[in-house]
Amino acid sequence: MTATVLYDTPGPKARVRNAGTGVIGVLLVLGLVGFVLYRFAATGQFDGRLWEWIEYSAIQVLLLQSLLATLEAFAVAAVLSLVFGAVFAAGRLSDHRWLSRPAALVVEFFRAVPLLVLIFILYFGVSRGLGVNISTFWALVLGLVLYNGSVLAEIFRAGVNALPKGQREASYALGMRKTQVMTNVLLPQSLRAMLPTIVSQLVVVLKDTALGFLILYPELLYQARFLGSQGQLALPIIPVAMVVALIYIAMCLLLSAAAGYLERRTRRSRKRIDLDAAGAVAAAGLVIAPSSESGAAG
Amino acid sequence: MNVLFDNLGLYGQAFLGTIELFVVAAIGSLVGGLLLAAMRVSPVPILRAFGTLYVNTVRNTPLTLVFFFFAFAYPRLEIVDLSFFARGCIALIIYTSAFICEVVRSGINTVPVGQAEASRALGFTFTQTLAGIVLPQAVRSVVPPLTNIEIALLKNTTIAAGFSIFEAGGIYQTLSERGYNVFLGLLWVAAGFLILVIPLTLLQQRLEQRWSTAR
Repeated sequence: MTATVLYDTPGPKARVRNAGTGVIGVLLVLGLVGFVLYRFAATGQFDGRLWEWIEYSAIQVLLLQSLLATLEAFAVAAVLSLVFGAVFAAGRLSDHRWLSRPAALVVEFFRAVPLLVLIFILYFGVSRGLGVNISTFWALVLGLVLYNGSVLAEIFRAGVNALPKGQREASYALGMRKTQVMTNVLLPQSLRAMLPTIVSQLVVVLKDTALGFLILYPELLYQARFLGSQGQLALPIIPVAMVVALIYIAMCLLLSAAAGYLERRTRRSRKRIDLDAAGAVAAAGLVIAPSSESGAAG
Repeated sequence: MNVLFDNLGLYGQAFLGTIELFVVAAIGSLVGGLLLAAMRVSPVPILRAFGTLYVNTVRNTPLTLVFFFFAFAYPRLEIVDLSFFARGCIALIIYTSAFICEVVRSGINTVPVGQAEASRALGFTFTQTLAGIVLPQAVRSVVPPLTNIEIALLKNTTIAAGFSIFEAGGIYQTLSERGYNVFLGLLWVAAGFLILVIPLTLLQQRLEQRWSTAR
């Protein structure tokens, strides 16, 4: 294993002690998992009756439709938030104060307000309060776009600012215009460095589509709740929730794996720019955790 | 303005609910995150594997799904009867711990191995190395992103409102029952969150600026 700052390479005594800790740890974890599984079994969650629903083709179609609804919201939100992010990052990077200040304000506002409150504002607020009808789909998508677009705008800005100053200076010295500097020199380099972070942010978008459940957008969780409360299927909420959880986790893991792959590829590249390099990202106040595994907590 | 002043009591109570949820979940997830991080950096491979499995699974699970489980599925398991509030806290703790673990772990990883080797070479004991050399450096790179996670946690508490826990995200329901303009009412909720989040963001930026130059 690799060297670590915390302890020396274990000797014979430490190895025995570590093995002991390992055994105790395994017992604890297995005990916990075992207890939960025991409760599942004891309350009959693994009974065939509760899993019968999975064989009905109508229900399979229903689940598939809700999966499609989830993916649809994700796809539209992902594309639009990339556009939103690009526009507002450009606005914030502008030299004109009348452009950069409002852009900064918008980005900071939408990053600070909880996404669910945004969605509620769009759905309950605008439809009930202002009388403009917004479908659950668009309330969810617009909420996702405003929030994730703002986060992406910050990622873009931090990425461009993280480039060495010389790149910009050299291009200006060559007589390029502002737009040319950005599109021909800065963006191609920084996009490459930002790609893993962008994809990680897309994982957040995918995860947050689940919020649609709370405004009754017919996505996976909504369908799970619906199926789980069907008396003639013996109320299979736990089995359905397990299946839906598997679908969600599998989709997110796939996207995360893509982000990880991109990250490793950029790390290999000699042209890599260190997005984590002190200062640049920090000064931008980027709301992400270090490394590729960004602040998906948002 | 009327929406806010007529319902000041409601707003106060609801935000108090948010803050309660936040404080309990923050402390709980800090403990959980540190435990997980300890597992992930421990010299015991199997514990590291458990930690990795947990973190990778939970980070790729929507928080709404965790809440969903604790709101609708947990009561079916008939383990211990818990209040909505307690279940909301557990859901937030389970979710946030994974993120805290990652921040702590990568913070420890930013300390160069040479630091520990040098202190051992100077004859420092394990405790001295940890307390005097490794931790002071690790804390610097852990605290700023940790603040970010706490901010995210604060915002995530709103999801609890969707599962009948009384807090700021749920104000709109009472407002619409009382016949007030929900749009304005929700804008005030957003403003309330700005007031809560902005000081934390400023603190985070200060910490980051001060500590990023120190190394």
